[in-house]
Amino acid sequence: MKSLVSITDYSKEEYLKILTLAAEFEKNPDQEILKGKLIATLFFEPSTRTRLSFETAVNRLNGRVIGFSDASSSSVTKGETIKDTIKMVTNYVDLIIIRHPIEGAARYASEMASVPVINAGDGANQHPSQTLLDLYSIQKTQGRLNDLNVFIIGDLKYGRTVHSLLMAMSHFSPTFYFISPDELRIPREYLWFLDQHKIKYYEYKDFMPIISQADIIYMTRVQKERFSDPIEYEKTKNAYILRNSMLETTRPNMKILHPLPRVNEINLDVDDNPKAYYFTQALNGVYVRQAIISYILGLK
Amino acid sequence: MKDKQLIVNAIKNGTVIDHIPAKHLFKVISILNLENIDSQITFGTNLESKKLGSKAIVKIADKYFLDDEINKIALVAPQAKLNIIRDYEVVEKRVVEVPDSIVGIVKCVNPKCITNYEEVITKFSVVSKNEVSLKCYYCEKLTHQDQMVIK
Repeated sequence: MKSLVSITDYSKEEYLKILTLAAEFEKNPDQEILKGKLIATLFFEPSTRTRLSFETAVNRLNGRVIGFSDASSSSVTKGETIKDTIKMVTNYVDLIIIRHPIEGAARYASEMASVPVINAGDGANQHPSQTLLDLYSIQKTQGRLNDLNVFIIGDLKYGRTVHSLLMAMSHFSPTFYFISPDELRIPREYLWFLDQHKIKYYEYKDFMPIISQADIIYMTRVQKERFSDPIEYEKTKNAYILRNSMLETTRPNMKILHPLPRVNEINLDVDDNPKAYYFTQALNGVYVRQAIISYILGLK
Repeated sequence: MKDKQLIVNAIKNGTVIDHIPAKHLFKVISILNLENIDSQITFGTNLESKKLGSKAIVKIADKYFLDDEINKIALVAPQAKLNIIRDYEVVEKRVVEVPDSIVGIVKCVNPKCITNYEEVITKFSVVSKNEVSLKCYYCEKLTHQDQMVIK
């Protein structure tokens, strides 16, 4: 029984296996392999994209779903612990998909459950299915995962997708370009991690002088509330907004990714540029989640 | 005036833990669960020490610790020395070493960690031993030595 709680739970070979399966599901998304299986989606905090993507994945494979989409419609409001909720649900289903605002809740759930658990986000900690769909999108648009110039722009301090992507991509000898304001620089423990793995990286405050070198631009949102000094936010906010006019010198193969939801960090005029890939990236999430579920349940 | 001196008897068999930083004596007592040991225990604290400034010492009669048990005190007393006593003689001297993993004992520094919300026993892997740094098994955040709170 293999849960997926953290991106580091899986090896490079397992990532590649899941990406291969995802490509098969993309060609043939409607299958019967989950027929007779019941999957719980326990969303202790609201999430549109991730929950719908998981539920679409299950439904397209002919599985059935039980669960809740926000803690107020569960017994949590009566004071039930995560332990008790999981101990009860685990007897009903074949797989549990959990999102919870408390960090480490998914790992704890995986200890309490007698069926596999998929972490669909635990606070600012991990969101491994997002990372796998990011890898899938990178592989699909570039034709490879190895030796790419990956630009990660925006909030590199708090963004959980950034940290997981960095760890997953480190298997494929990338060169990272981290572009952020000082207050939101990538935490030093991740730079140590890259040093240990001999991965090249550069840190910049402005991406325009180097944008022509990017194979992938991974945008994240710079949130005002992350700044201790509001004046600093006002000074820097426009430096981290991507506009269509900035893309002229970029490589033909370059694609723009974003975990979504977007607020204003990618201007709407970018959406029609063929280099904008974020909406297709979200669609890829369904195939990747089909792959993860069928891999975990040993159906593929 | 006659000098008075309180003499702490040597123990016949057992363990002497020396070079505990004085301020961490009670943490060591708690980590080793000494309050639940029936044998004779002697504590001395605020004793002069060239290395530590002021140190504490604990003598526990008829008790020997497993490495796993005793190494836990390295989190608060990394320079502690153990003297194993048999028949009034020091038969072995040992130093403590930070173990590879820590279960219980330390609180996770992350206020949003599940271990600070529900009754979950903390678990850490030790990612650095010189400047002790612990990675939480649940929330994956690091707790550094200067942030460490002993439960």
